[in-house]
Amino acid sequence: MTWYLIRRVGQAIAVIFGVLVLTFILIHAESGSTARAVLGLKATPARIALFNRVYGLDKPLYEQFVVYVDHLLHGNFGMSYEYSQPVSTLMAQRLPRDAVLLGMSTVLALIIGVPVGIYQALRHNLLVDDVLAGTWFTLYAAPDFMEALLLIALVCVQFHWLQPNFPGGITSVGGLLADWRALILPVVVLAINTVAGFSQYARSSAIQQLAADYIRVVRAKGLPERLVVSRHVLRNSLLPVVTILGLSLPDIVGGAIIAEAIFNFPGMGLLFWQAALEHDFPILLGTTLVVGVATVVGNLLADIAYGVLDPRIRYASA
Amino acid sequence: MRAPEASPAGPADPTPGAEQDLDAAHYLHGASEPAGGGALDGGELPTGRGERSGLTLRSFWHNKRAMSGVWIVMIMLIFCFIAPLIYRMNLTTVNLNLANDPPGGGHILGTDEYGTDVLARLMVGGQSSLELGFSVAIASTVIGAIYGAISGMIGGIVDAILMRIVDTILAVPTFILLLIVASMYSLNLITIIIILSLLSWPGVCRLVRAEVLSLRTREFVHAARSMGAKRRRLLFVHLMPNTFNVFIVTASFAVADAVYALSALSFLGLGPPPPFADWGTMLTNGVDNLFNGYWWQVYPPLFVLVVTVLAFRQIGDACNDLIGGQRGAAPRRRRRFGLLPMSTKYDSGDPLADDVSMA
Repeated sequence: MTWYLIRRVGQAIAVIFGVLVLTFILIHAESGSTARAVLGLKATPARIALFNRVYGLDKPLYEQFVVYVDHLLHGNFGMSYEYSQPVSTLMAQRLPRDAVLLGMSTVLALIIGVPVGIYQALRHNLLVDDVLAGTWFTLYAAPDFMEALLLIALVCVQFHWLQPNFPGGITSVGGLLADWRALILPVVVLAINTVAGFSQYARSSAIQQLAADYIRVVRAKGLPERLVVSRHVLRNSLLPVVTILGLSLPDIVGGAIIAEAIFNFPGMGLLFWQAALEHDFPILLGTTLVVGVATVVGNLLADIAYGVLDPRIRYASA
Repeated sequence: MRAPEASPAGPADPTPGAEQDLDAAHYLHGASEPAGGGALDGGELPTGRGERSGLTLRSFWHNKRAMSGVWIVMIMLIFCFIAPLIYRMNLTTVNLNLANDPPGGGHILGTDEYGTDVLARLMVGGQSSLELGFSVAIASTVIGAIYGAISGMIGGIVDAILMRIVDTILAVPTFILLLIVASMYSLNLITIIIILSLLSWPGVCRLVRAEVLSLRTREFVHAARSMGAKRRRLLFVHLMPNTFNVFIVTASFAVADAVYALSALSFLGLGPPPPFADWGTMLTNGVDNLFNGYWWQVYPPLFVLVVTVLAFRQIGDACNDLIGGQRGAAPRRRRRFGLLPMSTKYDSGDPLADDVSMA
């Protein structure tokens, strides 16, 4: 386990380094030079040279890379072109709101997905199971924005229950929670996007657990079915779901961009989307970096959690 | 793991001709060995057709899920490429007299805000979506399969470095990279195809590599090596054809993902500029009009988009199931409505699937 951990952390570090290189390459893959983008088309060659020297753009690429990494390590993600604010400040404002949104939707998805998945496993091969599996497949395979559009059509246009747009001017997490009615739709849409995966993982692992010998023993002891399910099947079926939590982060983030764009939720996704429309590269790359590192760390934690939660797992040292 | 498809087409095979098209592994391997060569590698491996749970043209043909997907795709192809030849409508000029007409009259599905026929736009929009889907699926599969096979075959430090590159691309959500690159360059169908292909090969690569890792110690590979086969021959004649099953699955998922990615991109307003039509663009325009009650501008594109994406996912899922769901999928079960849980998406994301073993 120790050796495996060392190796696994080493790989994670290598991948984070790779993400750094990737964003660095993306900066330089931008068509046209940064100086032209900032100074405009009428800038004289002398001014461009000055700009390049001031910002270190005339140095060889590997030196620029070292400077770039150095800046990142000091929390300097650059300045946004649009907002004229440091990217780190912009992200720090929005990350807590995203934590609320993604956290609530993930919890909702787990609360719905895991029991339904286990229920499906108990009704394995019956009509209910097939209908639910079909529903999940449709929700999972359909584009992320479909659910959002249908919900808007139903809840906002048809019945006028909720407002489709998040009210502007909300800055704090407290304000976000105070306006909980506006949170409903984004949270529900994001939960719908992830619930299918959770429930199907819970289902297939519960089916495996139900077929295991220890369940037969427990039943033979005469334990009521309710306890068999809640005490034994549920616990052991949660295991793969825990790891899926770590692995599904990229999907959740992708869904968050679309959902935030639709509902005008003031989070990282909306920031990213607007930056993409405005060619605001420092924001785009800063966000990419944060998401990439979060994904790597999430995967790492999922792997470790898997080993910690299930002592039967042994990692090959080869 | 699935039984290797090592035995050349023999008398046990009732329809050798039909098998050979889809089951290239079988065909190529059979052709590469002298008659009766099955003894070399057939040994203790199951060779009977009935024991193989593989993906063959015949099993595919008899799989209701896969075929339902194929039929839907066929209908979509006819709808997008042949129907416009019959249902001719003016798609180029703006006619505001006809704007936002409800369905009925001269326009079966009504008109949009520029007075263009919605049904005709659906057909033309679908062309670009489907062209994109198929191109991206082919390109990313070829890149990913070759990269993964080379990485798996060489192994060692090269493999480690190559796979860390793949991990890096997988670590950043594809959608984020897509948005970044889309905002950098002016897009048309060709550039989107290139971008999406370059972004979507790592998933294929992981699966093919895992397959090659398990194949390269098999008897038939040793046999080929002992007969003096060069690396390139091992790779293209012996290893890659046997991973065919894997990449037919990923290719059908890739079509679905690409169609969806383009629609999401257009939906977010980052797709190709206006003369280009696709379902996502129609949806974006339609959403603004949903509040005005112009439902016919939203539901038709939503419907065809969802049906198309579902059909390709359906095919991929069914193929995955036929292969035997070896990648930790749900246990096989009797199917009543042909619906099974999806199993592929998250598996390819497991960063160290091949390092973890149950003790």
